[in-house]
Amino acid sequence: MADHAVVADDDVDLSRRKFLTRATIATGAVGAVFAAVPFIESWSPSERARAQGSPTTVDLSKVLPGQMVTVVWRRSPIYVVRRTPDMVARIAGHDELLKDPKSEQPQQPKYAENPLRSRTAEFLVLIGTCTHLGCLPKQRFAAGEVYPSWPGGFFCPCHGSRFDLAGRVFEGSPASLNLKVPPYSYPKPATLVIGVDEKEKGVA
Amino acid sequence: MAVKTASGAPAKLPDNAPAGGGLWAWINKRLPADEFISEQLTGYYAPKNFNIWYFFGSLALVVLVLQLATGIFLTMFYKPGELTSFDSVEYIMREVDFGWLIRYLHSTGASAFFIVVYLHMFRAFLYGSYRAPRELLWLVGMLVYLALMAEAFMGYVLPWGNMSFWGAQVIVNLFGTIPAIGPGLVEWIRGDYGIADATLNRFFALHVALLPLALLLLVMLHLVALRQTGSNNPDGIEIKEKVGPDGKPLDGIPFHLSYTVKDVVGVGVFFVLFALVVFFVPTFGGLFLEAPNFEPANPMSTPEHIAPVWYFTPYYAILRAVPSQRMGALLMLLAVAAFLFVPWLDRSPVKSMRYKGWMSRTALALFAVSFVALGYLGLQPAEGLYVVLARIFAAIYFLFFLLMPLYTILDPVKPVPERVSFHAH
Repeated sequence: MADHAVVADDDVDLSRRKFLTRATIATGAVGAVFAAVPFIESWSPSERARAQGSPTTVDLSKVLPGQMVTVVWRRSPIYVVRRTPDMVARIAGHDELLKDPKSEQPQQPKYAENPLRSRTAEFLVLIGTCTHLGCLPKQRFAAGEVYPSWPGGFFCPCHGSRFDLAGRVFEGSPASLNLKVPPYSYPKPATLVIGVDEKEKGVA
Repeated sequence: MAVKTASGAPAKLPDNAPAGGGLWAWINKRLPADEFISEQLTGYYAPKNFNIWYFFGSLALVVLVLQLATGIFLTMFYKPGELTSFDSVEYIMREVDFGWLIRYLHSTGASAFFIVVYLHMFRAFLYGSYRAPRELLWLVGMLVYLALMAEAFMGYVLPWGNMSFWGAQVIVNLFGTIPAIGPGLVEWIRGDYGIADATLNRFFALHVALLPLALLLLVMLHLVALRQTGSNNPDGIEIKEKVGPDGKPLDGIPFHLSYTVKDVVGVGVFFVLFALVVFFVPTFGGLFLEAPNFEPANPMSTPEHIAPVWYFTPYYAILRAVPSQRMGALLMLLAVAAFLFVPWLDRSPVKSMRYKGWMSRTALALFAVSFVALGYLGLQPAEGLYVVLARIFAAIYFLFFLLMPLYTILDPVKPVPERVSFHAH
C-alpha cells in the first residue's frame, strides 16, 4: 500500500503554488492564441481565390465614345467609360458640390489623383461598387437625367448616392468616399490591363 | 436490490439518493431526474397572475425546436455552394416530397421567431422584467436576440437568391466602416474579393452548427437565470417576499401543471395562425420571402431596391437615415446595444407599467410606434419624405433610452399593492 501521507497546511508554500498556477494559465493562454491562428487564417482568401484575382485585360478599340463597358476583376464590376469631350467638360464646374473634389482620400492610385481621376482624359476606369454599401451605381451620363442641374454621372439605386463623370461623390449622398479607381495600365495602345499598375508589375 | 461493487461491498451512492426499487428508482439513483423535475417544473413556483403576454417565452422555445427540426431536414437536401445552393432550394421546393412544406415551415418559422421575441421583449418593457434582480436574465436574453439576428441573417444568404447576395454584400460591408481594420476584416469575413462561394460555405457552417449551439446554450442560461430569480409578473411584485407557512410563495402556483397546460393552449392558437401563413401566404406578400430572392444571385445586377427582411428593417432605416456611412453604421450598432443598458437606465421606484405614470407610458408608446414606423420605413426607398420621417423616428428611438433615467424619476407613480392583483375566473 502506498503511504498516503498528508502534507500539513503549514508546510504548503502558497506563493510557490500561486506562481505555478499563474504560469500554467499564462502558458496555456499563449498556446490557445497560437492554436487559434490556423483557424483564423483559414478564413483568408484561399490560393484559388487569390489566383482568380489576377489581372483582367480589356480591348479598348471595341468601346465606342460615350459608351461604358463592365468587366469583372476580383469579383468586382469594373466600369470602363470612354468619355466624349463633352462629358469631360461636364466634370468641371461643380467642385463646391462634392465631398472630395481634389481626390484627397486614398481612393485611387497616384496617377489618378487628378481632376479627371484617370491616366487619360478619354478613359475612366472605376470599381463599380458604391462606396456606401457596395451596390452597383447605374450610369446616368446625360445632363439633367436625374434632376435639372445634374451634370451626368452615376446614381446608386439602393440608397441614392450620386457621383459625377469622374466618380466623385456629391454632397448629400450616403456614400462618403469617391468611387474607387483600381490599379490599371496600358501595356499597348488600346489595351487596358486592370490589376497591374505598370508593365510587369503586379499588385499584392 | 442493493447495489454492490465488484468486491461485494455495497457501492457508495449519494446519501440523498432515493430509496426503493423499480426502474425509476434505479434511474434516479444514477441521474437526478426526479430532483430535476421537482426543481424545474413541479416545484418551480410562478406568479399566479400571468396574462397573455406571458405566452411568448414558451412560444419562442417551441419555435426554436421547430427551426431545429425543419433545419436538420433541410440540410439533408440543401447543397451549399455558388453553383448548387439556388438549385438545391428549388429542388427542395419542387421535387422533394413535402420539401415545400419543410422549407416554408423553416422560412415562416424565422419570421415567427422574431414576432414572438419582439413581443416577449415588449412584455419586459411593460412590466419591468429587466429590473433588479433580473438584469442578467435580461442580458442573456439580449445575447439570445443577437445570436438570433446572426442566425437569421446567415440563413437568409443560403438560398443564394439575388437578395441573399446583395443583402450579404450590404451587411458584410458594414464591417468595412470600422477605421483602419475595416477593409481587411471584410476580406477575411468573405474569404474572397467579393461575396463568393467561400462566404456562402462559411455562413452555412455558422448557420447550421455554431450559432444553433450558441443559441441552445444561451437559451439554457436564460432559463437557469429565470429559475434563480423567478418570473416577474404584471404587477412587478416579488412573490418570494410573501411566503406561506410551507415556505411556498402565497401568490405562486407550480409551473407544471398550471402553466404548462396554459402554455399548451397558447401553442395551439399559435400553430393555427402559423399554419394559415405557411399554407396560404408563405411569402407574406414579400415580407417573409422577398421577390428578388426568387432569381439566382447575380453579382452584376443589384436589385432596384435592397431591403432586408422585415425584422431587421427598423435598424436598417436608422442606418440609412444618416448621411455618413460610418455614423450610420455606428448608430445602427448603438440602436441594438441600447437594450443592454435598460436595467440601469430605468430608475423608477416601481417595475410595472400598471403603477408607472403617464411619462413612462407615453415614452414606451412612442418607442413602440417608432420601432414599427422605422420597420416600415426600412422597407421603403431611402428618399424624400421617407428619410425625414426615418430621422424623426430614429431621434424618438434614441431619446426613449437617453431620457429614461430622467422621466422614470420624475414620473408620478402609483402605490404598489402588497399582493398581486388576481381575479379568479
